[in-house]
Amino acid sequence: MIEATPSQNSVADLSATALTLRQRLVTTSATARIPHLGSCLSCVELLVAVYWQELRIDPGHPEDPDRDRFLLSKGHGAPILFQVLAERGFFPLERLEDFGKAGSVFHEHPPKPGYIPGIEAATGSLGHGLPMALGMALAARIQQRPTRCYALLSDGECNEGSIWEAALLAASQKVHTLTAIIDFNKWQATGRSQEVMALDPFAAKWEAFGWHAQEIDGHDFEAIEAALASARAETERPSVIVAHTLKGKGVSFMEDDNNWHYRTPNSEELAAALAELEPG
Amino acid sequence: MRDAFAQEMTRLAAEREDLTLLSGDIGNRMFDRFKQVAPERFFNCGIAEANMMSVASGMALSGLRPVIYTITPFTTTRCLEQIRVGVAYHQAPVVIVGTGSGLSYAELGPTHHSLEDMAILRTLPGLNVLAPADSAELIAQLREAINTPHPTYMRIGKKGEPLLHGESAQLGIGKANLLRDGSQLLVVGVGPILSEALKAAETVAPKGYSVAVASLGGVKPLDTTFLRLMAQRFTRWLTLEEHGIIGGLGTALLEWQAESVGPTISIKRLGVPDHFIHELGDQTYSRRLLGLDSTSLAQTFHNMMEE
Repeated sequence: MIEATPSQNSVADLSATALTLRQRLVTTSATARIPHLGSCLSCVELLVAVYWQELRIDPGHPEDPDRDRFLLSKGHGAPILFQVLAERGFFPLERLEDFGKAGSVFHEHPPKPGYIPGIEAATGSLGHGLPMALGMALAARIQQRPTRCYALLSDGECNEGSIWEAALLAASQKVHTLTAIIDFNKWQATGRSQEVMALDPFAAKWEAFGWHAQEIDGHDFEAIEAALASARAETERPSVIVAHTLKGKGVSFMEDDNNWHYRTPNSEELAAALAELEPG
Repeated sequence: MRDAFAQEMTRLAAEREDLTLLSGDIGNRMFDRFKQVAPERFFNCGIAEANMMSVASGMALSGLRPVIYTITPFTTTRCLEQIRVGVAYHQAPVVIVGTGSGLSYAELGPTHHSLEDMAILRTLPGLNVLAPADSAELIAQLREAINTPHPTYMRIGKKGEPLLHGESAQLGIGKANLLRDGSQLLVVGVGPILSEALKAAETVAPKGYSVAVASLGGVKPLDTTFLRLMAQRFTRWLTLEEHGIIGGLGTALLEWQAESVGPTISIKRLGVPDHFIHELGDQTYSRRLLGLDSTSLAQTFHNMMEE
């Protein structure tokens, strides 16, 4: 059964979960040669907060029609989402031993629903997840279900016009059950996101589009939880949480170094990364 | 056809609570009755087709049956990526309706012509690609599309197209019908342009030419049972579509022929040549210009018979 209210976990518990996930992520990236490590490391706290504190979901019944929906609109973050779903109990952790192997469903992007429990949409192409989450939120309104819908976006993804099309429609339709979370790590594949496309003032843009916009530290569990609570309290506007993050967060030599968008660690780098990811 | 579509959508909205209608800011007043029946299930998604398509796929993945309606180029090639990923890959049961297809809006210029939609969309796995010839075929296909677990694209005309199917026609997805029987030449076509073929067949009948005309209803899936049956009766075939000559119905039938009946039949194709149309006029003018009107078709039939 879906829990009536999200579970309560201490910041220490959440931090421990985040650390475990980072260890597994970096290890998988090295052994299976899976890229987008920097993009995955920047959204670990956001995913942990959402999956352990916010979503009304039942991993034992992943297709419950009343469940909340989470769409990883930045689909290249799939390597960390897969780790999250395994740890949250959607499938056994052993399934990830196939990660990156020929014939496996666990590769660089989420497949369509039906292959991996907990995956709501195939989002490898950017700019799709938020509009699809909007469609799901509108569906829940028509069906009178308690479902809330969440989409995690990257800042680079906000280059896509479809994101802003969705922003306009969500505001006119007053879809207050929709929350966009932006992993604002300031980088996209080949440059600073602010230099490629003029995103700033980022939160103010969303505000101007009719959204309830909040800016937070995307690695601070208490700030994330407070922002999600504020989004839940909205009764008219859709919400966006512009979460300031650090690409490569948690591994010093990866932090804010955009080479880790495509690179995967060699054995020495993996050992160095894991040494930093020990409980402190 | 579009009025028949609006009326049928209103009936369907009253019948089932999971039906939604998404419009790309067109159809002023056309959906007033739908909005009376189901105001909470009508969405003017604005002039933002990419978002509209993804919203529809999200709705479908949540159990609704969304129908998208706007002018054909904008609900097809404009948002092809969203159709490919959100609709076709997810097998989200969305019904995409393109209105004013082919040269219905000929005088509006190439931006509003849709002469590539069937060719492009039939490459997407799991997507039905339909082109009803009249309102009766449209309604039957729409009803079936709403009830299948797969997505469907349907290109329709505009206003005032004649009814071409008889009452005994078996209409639906992947169902072909003879609109007129004959013995010497088979015209196989899709869409309202088949009215031109019927007129042309009438014209050449007194000369002793017996031309049969069939509506295939779409280009995917093909009614291969019907096609095999026709291949036993006709050796001379002519395909007809208000669509570019590359990749549409004619190409689909050549592909089918190559993999089934082979050279036992000969297929000629008629459609819009491989160029954009700059000599603008209304649909009647454009069909004449392109040799797709009944007079030109009668001459084509004559030529084929005399070969």
